[in-house]
Amino acid sequence: MPNDRVAVVGDKNAISAFKALGADVYGVKEFSEAEGVIKKLARDYSVIFVTEDIAKAHRELINRYKARPYPAVIPIPTAAGSDGYGMAAINENVEKAIGSSITLDEE
Amino acid sequence: MARINVNPTRMEMRALKGRLKTAVRGHKLLKDKTDETIRRFMEYVRLNKKLRKETEGEVSAALRSFVAAGAASTPAEIAEAVGVPVKKLKLKSGEENIMSVRVPKIEIEEEENSEIFPYSFASTSSELDASVKSLRAVMVKLIKLAEVEKTCAMLADEIEKTRRRVNALEYVMIPDYQETIKYISMKLDENERANTIRLMKVKQMLDEGQN
Repeated sequence: MPNDRVAVVGDKNAISAFKALGADVYGVKEFSEAEGVIKKLARDYSVIFVTEDIAKAHRELINRYKARPYPAVIPIPTAAGSDGYGMAAINENVEKAIGSSITLDEE
Repeated sequence: MARINVNPTRMEMRALKGRLKTAVRGHKLLKDKTDETIRRFMEYVRLNKKLRKETEGEVSAALRSFVAAGAASTPAEIAEAVGVPVKKLKLKSGEENIMSVRVPKIEIEEEENSEIFPYSFASTSSELDASVKSLRAVMVKLIKLAEVEKTCAMLADEIEKTRRRVNALEYVMIPDYQETIKYISMKLDENERANTIRLMKVKQMLDEGQN
């Protein structure tokens, strides 16, 4: 069951700012380390923010959590800016649902 | 199309007709469900894109200013400043039902205490204040993004599943039933004709015997 808490996974330097907001920050040094961390967090947390670079490296694992309501594993950009991974994930969903990728008119 | 392997009897045909009727109705219902789910999905995707576009810029800007603030003081000072938050970030997480898909509903729990800075201002720079403040502002949006993005992913999954079912009904089950029903009715007609001919033949033989 979700515990109504927020976790942030990423490079320690980049994300320790979230600590000031009261989110639980889990710094990882290497990508391979993140897998175990995410798996463990998925059991407890409602929302897990993962920096884009890590999300990209563990795409398979994160896709596994897509079908259930909790946890919501969401990629966020790092201090260096976004590389478009998050947007690509949205388009992936559209493609899955509609059958082809369509560009939506922006309002 | 593959015919279902059944005995060509009236009883089987009746049962099959019932199943065909159910399949056709199910097909119609599921098709309507896909249409409506797609409509809802598009709404969420639009919102998702908008939110993501907004937050991505804001988050990286906030993080950048945090890194800049970090450069102004030692790592230990920063760690000390942000290490013990005023309070834990609490969410209110529930579930919502969209087209019988259970999607998450997440909100930040309102706090009584409006203090957001977990440190005293004496030992930290103003850049840190600014970055924490902007990050706090973007957090609300981020949580909303989490909810919307998850909803999108789940709806996409559901749409894919439903469409598969619709296709299976439309292109496999319904044609199979129709073909099998046709086969049985033809077989029954054939039997009937054979029967009539047999009777006629018998009658003819009887007539020939009397003469």
